[in-house]
Amino acid sequence: MPVNAGDTAWILVSSALVMLMTPGVALFYGGMVRRKNVLSTIMMSFVCLGLVGLLWVLYGYSLSFGSDNGGFIGGLNFIGLMGVGQEPSSVYASTVPHLAFMIFQAMFAIITVALITGAIVERVKFGALLIFATLWLTVVYSPVAHWVWGSGGWLASLGTLDFAGGTVVHINAGVSALALVLLLGKRRGFPSEPMEPNNIPMVVLGAGLLWFGWFGFNAGSSLASDGLAASAFVATNTAAAAAAFTWMIVSWLHRRPTVLGTVTGAVAGLVAITPAAGFVPPLAGIPIGMVAALVCYYSMVLLKTKLGFDDSLDVFAVHGVGGIWGALATGIFASLAVNAAGADGWLLGNGIQLLKQLAGVVSVAAYAFVATWILGKLVDVTIGLRVGQTEETVGLDISQHGERAYGGLLR
Amino acid sequence: MKKIEAIIREERLEAVKKALEENSYFGMTVSQVSGRGKQKGIPLQWRVGEYRVDLLPKLKIELVVLDEDVPTAVNAIVRNARTGEIGDGKIFVLPVESVVRVRTGDRDENAI
Repeated sequence: MPVNAGDTAWILVSSALVMLMTPGVALFYGGMVRRKNVLSTIMMSFVCLGLVGLLWVLYGYSLSFGSDNGGFIGGLNFIGLMGVGQEPSSVYASTVPHLAFMIFQAMFAIITVALITGAIVERVKFGALLIFATLWLTVVYSPVAHWVWGSGGWLASLGTLDFAGGTVVHINAGVSALALVLLLGKRRGFPSEPMEPNNIPMVVLGAGLLWFGWFGFNAGSSLASDGLAASAFVATNTAAAAAAFTWMIVSWLHRRPTVLGTVTGAVAGLVAITPAAGFVPPLAGIPIGMVAALVCYYSMVLLKTKLGFDDSLDVFAVHGVGGIWGALATGIFASLAVNAAGADGWLLGNGIQLLKQLAGVVSVAAYAFVATWILGKLVDVTIGLRVGQTEETVGLDISQHGERAYGGLLR
Repeated sequence: MKKIEAIIREERLEAVKKALEENSYFGMTVSQVSGRGKQKGIPLQWRVGEYRVDLLPKLKIELVVLDEDVPTAVNAIVRNARTGEIGDGKIFVLPVESVVRVRTGDRDENAI
């Protein structure tokens, strides 16, 4: 098919929107840590633009979207972008240049790795993180993206729906984060000492950039400038609104309507609508968002307060749990009237779709957990995942990067 | 010569400053400090749950006055810093051995 100008413009803009989400995550996470670790936290996300941005064009894209090998992983035919050019691919997004589809996908890989880092901030060794990120992109992200989105991927063939990455991005990142938390252990002083966010306005700025960029993430996943993109756009905004408002009410019932809670709710809603955005009617965003806020809130209470896991910035509670809910919600609310390439969900009498969604959740979660645990262990026994006691006490900004965020006695 | 160190509520600074000025005490150093006394702390919220901040923000005023001026200055501070609620602060009075004005080299009483 020839290149379509409107579709190409939208995919390139969407790629840029999704790119902006990674600095968004950097600020979102950076504001929530103690001030001695703010740069280190920002760097862990930002460096993914540098690292994964390279790995993706060199071989990551090929492992995800190259010719199928048993439904599990892509082949090496696109290695170094071989054969990925200005003409559309015959398989993926056939109205935009193959390069545009490739770079759109690159931004997803980049942010997925960045998301994981929130669980391990304030104590992970920077060099170890880079090695882990490289291994993880190769062994976890690339195959899982192939299962779900690759032509011939086994979950795609099964009929599991994931519009923009509920399983590939969010369940994948959330569950992997949990595995790393178990390997790495708690921060010194957790939970007896309060670890106060250093800059909540920065968290809000980050959340704002995430919400903005998510329009590219979800509406861009239509891969065309069409009605489906508009439908996904509205579903996305509606879910974010419903979840932000719900979280605000829940924190208000506890004591006060917190800013940190409200923006966290927005992100939880965006996570949950991700797999569903282009398969469900836009107003399904309301129940999807509301339930997302509730399940993420109470998972956080359970994991952090009751069980004492130091998933520092709640990556599993928001992305893992929110992603699982979103994947299942897709199987409940999906409608062929919205997207003929999708399916009807449980509410429209197709209960089997919910089981297909469950298959996606269980397989991706199990694979991500086991593979991440093994990769993390490998890095831990070779170079060590965690910084030394003094480095942790001094803070990672100085001990890992030789910089401080708010330096200088003079104004 | 005595140094008066007064820990006061942030919102009482302007009144205290004005009262000291009216008694011709112009010089002072003010710093932002954190501390605790009987007021204990306040609860703040995380995404879920809450934590206690037990060091609260206060201001510390430091000024050096002649021995005979101590009662006037201290009274001016007390009258204007007091709200009657827990957390109004404390005043310490310390002896000062010597004072030098950097610009002129003036010493002690001449430098206050």
